[in-house]
Amino acid sequence: MAHTYDNVANGEIPKPQTKVIWVTFWILFAITAVEFLLAFTVPAGAFRTSIFIILTLVKAFYIVAEFMHLKHEVKGLIYAIIVPTVFVIWLIGAMFIEGGYIYEILNK
Amino acid sequence: MAHSATVSTNSKTGAWFGGKEPMNASYGKLMMWYFLLSDAFSFSGLLVAYAVLRFKEVGYYDSAFAKQFASIKEAGEKFIASDAYWPIPERIFDAFPFFHGQHLPLIFVGLMTFILIMSSVTMVLAVEAGHRRDRADVEKWMLWTILGGITFLGCQAWEWTHFITGTDKGVVRDVWMNGEWVKQVVKGANLTANEYGPAPFAFSFFTITGFHGFHVFSGVMINIIIFFNTAIGIYDRPGRNYEMVEKVGLYWHFVDLVWVFVFTFFYLV
Repeated sequence: MAHTYDNVANGEIPKPQTKVIWVTFWILFAITAVEFLLAFTVPAGAFRTSIFIILTLVKAFYIVAEFMHLKHEVKGLIYAIIVPTVFVIWLIGAMFIEGGYIYEILNK
Repeated sequence: MAHSATVSTNSKTGAWFGGKEPMNASYGKLMMWYFLLSDAFSFSGLLVAYAVLRFKEVGYYDSAFAKQFASIKEAGEKFIASDAYWPIPERIFDAFPFFHGQHLPLIFVGLMTFILIMSSVTMVLAVEAGHRRDRADVEKWMLWTILGGITFLGCQAWEWTHFITGTDKGVVRDVWMNGEWVKQVVKGANLTANEYGPAPFAFSFFTITGFHGFHVFSGVMINIIIFFNTAIGIYDRPGRNYEMVEKVGLYWHFVDLVWVFVFTFFYLV
């Protein structure tokens, strides 16, 4: 999967290689379908919410790793992107909990 | 002094042009990644604010109104919008064009999600065609991507219009006006009041989906420019390549990625 733009000469066009792309698409499609199914079958609550967030992160992994090709970049670039993102996702999660705590103070 | 002469030719052009690229990525691609990282922080800021606004309010299932029903399922079916609690999304986002008044929960937003994921796929196919220097294929897939983006924007325009216009009846609310509480019919939504729930519900909806929609719009514009460049053959010139398609592809996938998060936090949770 190591792509370079220099090894293809002008004029000759190789065959397309799209298998990985379509596999990724079907994974994303299936996960979204499962999310829909859960939205209408499992009662709302912390359990369902955590499943949704896990599935969202799985989808995010496939988009970033395959579509954005990050999985096939060098390690340094992967860490440069992933490490700050992990912290900021933690911040979002922390603020969800913090919001719940403000709710407790206001309502109890 | 032959040795130092070699060094000076290399140092004149710097690390990026000296045959060795930092992190094995071209300058433009690396900078696109860093831009996307900073853009991710902007969206995260909005999601952080949403997290607090959402969970400091009473959720529908925790409200006194929902507690009077025997089960969660029954409470969900008998949902009535009020500003006393945060609404459940499948009761709010249940409209579909040409099916007026029917309860079709989350179908339209599901379609929008599908369109955006699909356009992400056509974008990655365009990038793949670019690697093969197949101009006709790049043009074809870029056009599909642009079409997907425009369709998504159209869907969003419809959804916003529906959200702002509101239901046929609206709801009666106590509104604080000239120093006293007055009964008033609230229809649809704006930044300060809406018929679906507390004010932050519509406020965060407009802010987050609006900021995302603006990204989709810029993405479509950039895609059109790159399609135009491809069509006039700029990337087929000697010494040029289709890496620009890959760079705008990164941006487009990022827009898709943000939608995945917006979809979860706004329409599912």
